[in-house]
Amino acid sequence: MRMKTLTLALATVAAVAIAPAALAQKKYDTGATDKEIKIGGISPYSGPASAYGNIGKAIQAYFDKVNAEGGVNGRKINFISVDDGYNPAKTVEQARKLVEQEEVLLLFNTLGTPPNSAIHKYMNAKKVPQLFVATGATKWGDPKNFPWTMGWQPNYQSESKNYVTHILETKPNGKIAILYQNDDYGKDYLEGFENALGDKAKSMIVAKISYEVTDPTVDSQMVSLKGSGADIFFNITTPKFAAQAIKKAAELGWKPVHYLNSVSSSVGTVLKPAGIENSMGIITAGYLKDPTDPQFQKGKEWDDWLAWMKKYNPNGDLKDNLNVFGYTVAQGLVQVLKQAGDNLTRENIMKQAAALNMTLPMLLPGVNVKTAADDFYPIEREQLMKFDGTTWQLFGKIYGR
Amino acid sequence: MEALLHQLFSGLANGIIYGSVALALVMIYQSTHHINFAQGEMATFSTFIAWALINEAGWSYWAAFFFTVAVSFAAGLVVQRVVLRPIEKAPVLTNVIVFIGLLLIFNALSGMLFDHTIKAFDSPFPSDSPLATVYFSAHQLGSAGVLLLVLLALFGFFRYTSVGLAMRAAAQNPDSARLVGIRVSWMLGLGWGLAAAIGAVAGMMVAPIVFLDPNMMAGILLYGFAGALLGGIDNPLGAVIGGLVVGVLENLLGAYVIGTELKLTVALVLIVGTLTLRPDGLFGKKVVTRV
Amino acid sequence: MKPLDKKWVWLWSALLLVALILLPFLVKNYRVFQINLVLVYAIAILGLNMLTGFNGQISLGHGAFYAFGAYSAAVLMDKLGVPYWATLPVAFGVCFVLGFLLGFPALRLAGHYLALATFALALAVPQLLKYKHIEHLTGGVQGIVLNKPTPPISFTFLDQPFSADRWLYFFSLAVAGIMFLMAWNILRGRVGRALIAVRDHPIAATAMGINLTMFKSLTFGVSAGITGVAGALGGIVVAFVSPDSFTVNLSIFLLVGVVVGGLASIPGAIFGGMFIQFVPNIADEISRSAPAAIYGVLLIGCMYLMPSGVMGGLNKLWVRLRTKTAG
Repeated sequence: MRMKTLTLALATVAAVAIAPAALAQKKYDTGATDKEIKIGGISPYSGPASAYGNIGKAIQAYFDKVNAEGGVNGRKINFISVDDGYNPAKTVEQARKLVEQEEVLLLFNTLGTPPNSAIHKYMNAKKVPQLFVATGATKWGDPKNFPWTMGWQPNYQSESKNYVTHILETKPNGKIAILYQNDDYGKDYLEGFENALGDKAKSMIVAKISYEVTDPTVDSQMVSLKGSGADIFFNITTPKFAAQAIKKAAELGWKPVHYLNSVSSSVGTVLKPAGIENSMGIITAGYLKDPTDPQFQKGKEWDDWLAWMKKYNPNGDLKDNLNVFGYTVAQGLVQVLKQAGDNLTRENIMKQAAALNMTLPMLLPGVNVKTAADDFYPIEREQLMKFDGTTWQLFGKIYGR
Repeated sequence: MEALLHQLFSGLANGIIYGSVALALVMIYQSTHHINFAQGEMATFSTFIAWALINEAGWSYWAAFFFTVAVSFAAGLVVQRVVLRPIEKAPVLTNVIVFIGLLLIFNALSGMLFDHTIKAFDSPFPSDSPLATVYFSAHQLGSAGVLLLVLLALFGFFRYTSVGLAMRAAAQNPDSARLVGIRVSWMLGLGWGLAAAIGAVAGMMVAPIVFLDPNMMAGILLYGFAGALLGGIDNPLGAVIGGLVVGVLENLLGAYVIGTELKLTVALVLIVGTLTLRPDGLFGKKVVTRV
Repeated sequence: MKPLDKKWVWLWSALLLVALILLPFLVKNYRVFQINLVLVYAIAILGLNMLTGFNGQISLGHGAFYAFGAYSAAVLMDKLGVPYWATLPVAFGVCFVLGFLLGFPALRLAGHYLALATFALALAVPQLLKYKHIEHLTGGVQGIVLNKPTPPISFTFLDQPFSADRWLYFFSLAVAGIMFLMAWNILRGRVGRALIAVRDHPIAATAMGINLTMFKSLTFGVSAGITGVAGALGGIVVAFVSPDSFTVNLSIFLLVGVVVGGLASIPGAIFGGMFIQFVPNIADEISRSAPAAIYGVLLIGCMYLMPSGVMGGLNKLWVRLRTKTAG
């Protein structure tokens, strides 16, 4: 009799002791429940940057796959993605809607530097994670002042620096001409490039000319750049203008050493329209696998990506590297959520985001995702590659930490 | 010197593009006295149709070209009859807003049906033709030729055919035109059809140079608009010349005068300046109104 | 038909006032933010309406004045520490002068030509704002981030704290009230009649002794000034200005607002503001892949149903109701 009471007593004590601990393990902030995690996204589905809307679609498609396979730790991801037309005033409104009305747990992969700048202070004041923003501007990795914001891709200035290192190694007395888009992204690349050159900037850069997104062509700029007599060309343009620039350079008979920013390095959507013969020898930096590159079109990683595209993103273009970008960054977020487990508070999300150390299937071999409490730059490694007519041939060493 | 020539010819080449768009704008203006803000997007949409025919359905270039022009003509006619006829009597600005609505719809349709990534569009003029020079590619020369043909055809149409005459009458003085038996409404539709067709041609000439994407015409429309007004909104030849002037000016200003960073501001000042001196455009007719 | 009883007018006005005061406390902060934007756009549309609706000069470039107003406020607040409420008169002044100066060449241009010139202005503004030699003032492409003003008193009412957004609501309401009153005053007297005369019969108007030059330029100036105030207020409400916020789309949307609200109508501006603020959001919810197409369809539909704008439609309805009750 006594044994039974004792066992019962012990069991009760145990239950009482364990239960609050078990309950305490599940912690939620607004947007997270037992069943789902609400995540907000803002993309330019309309307007001048509408081409990048494909990233948002790819992310949605990846979350569809994750949900079909059971979700993350048993929870479905509810991705609410809205349009801001690349207008920062609209981004502010949409961010407030997602945070205050839809009550999402975090904002994910907001696209563009001006849109993200517009909500930078707000997100940090509200203490809502602004995670893995889709821009390479250098200012997103500042945990001391903005602990709730984190970038994702290698930042533009470090990419410029890699080109400068290569130039100084191979053509230290060369003359450089630069074409850049007259906005934050273009100027960020330019600044990184000029800073890396240091004193040599004045002597080596013989021409730097800008263009606006509203310009129909960059032909006039290319004519001027050729006329400067430069033998090195740094091409800071978005896909449409990159293709125009490559084509025009060939038409003008200008064959400088051509450095193309990674933003426009897609073989299928930039080099092919520009002309494969015209694109021979172009150098860029990369961290993602190009989906039109034969050397990557095999193996489990490729099969998985292809199967995902066919099943969940059937309207997506198989040549568009934005679909690789979306796939990869979505995987990054899923990893953060997995690591967070049942502690889905915003604070823990940022903590897990700052504790990443992994590789992802569609990253170039050798490139990893690594963060720490003082390192809010998840991907820093890049490698230079040269176009040989079919694929991007990697060469040299891997830059970055 | 060579660089200057390059900029000049490059400007002329751009000017041909602006001139084609200006021509389409003038076309609609002459028949309806409205400026069609949706012109650029309609042209882009037509070009996408041609692209799909050539690249997805495997048609030959010229088959796709003429088919697209015909379809665009029909579409322009339909848009006028269906969308614009109900508000024919409404104030000018109401029409303008509807044009803006059309602009948004066509632009969104292009993006939705054909995706936002840029596409290469074939040129019917082979790039290794003997006519090509360092200053002008074969395509640019070919486009100029096409534009000239269209201009001549329009000239002949308005001057020498009875339908052309009827259209001009309907635009100038709709009431009198009705009195002599001209079906004014159908003339408006015809005007739209022609403008849509010209727009399609312009789009197909432009796309090989600037690459095809839903926002292809956004920048070009402004310059086409400027060219049309500079040359005089009621003068087709003036529109083309206006387009050429704008193209050259844009290039020379950007390269030599002010740099690309203030190009738009200076272009604005020049346009306003010109219009201050010649308020009806360089070649426009002075409109005298009765008190 | 007896005219409306003064009693009823007072009663309805009082009720409206109470509703306006209670409104921000009945909805969430985010909605209050949206309502503030409606007020800002309404003021901007009022400015444009003065020029386009009442005076018949088409401007496709009023976004430029909005931008100049916003940047004036931002630079004053950020670089010179001027308090936010003081930036509004400065914005008015700056834009008034700019508009007045622009009025002179505008005189020589009619209809489409003026539209083109103002369109080119709207296009040039973002590039101008990014110009490197004034970057230290304007923040260049990065723009200027502002701090939201703190409310002067803090309290809680109906369970909602008196947040910055709610304070800005009352502030914007006051500014809108002042602007609307000013416009109404200007337009109902001789000036208003002169404006309309100039619009409809310019030659006859000159013959009657109206100094066309002065008039058109002043109208341009005041119109620009009002829109400039809206821009400054908008900058304060959003707490961020950048060149990309003021593209040509803004000018086009303001024109849309004028026509949808009702040309030559002061209260129409409120409906215009509501349209350009809320309809894009509605379009977004209907279709994510082509929200602009839905917006275009709604726009065209609006024009079919109400070719003279919302005020025109309401007027027609009012007339119908009155004739029904009279007969």
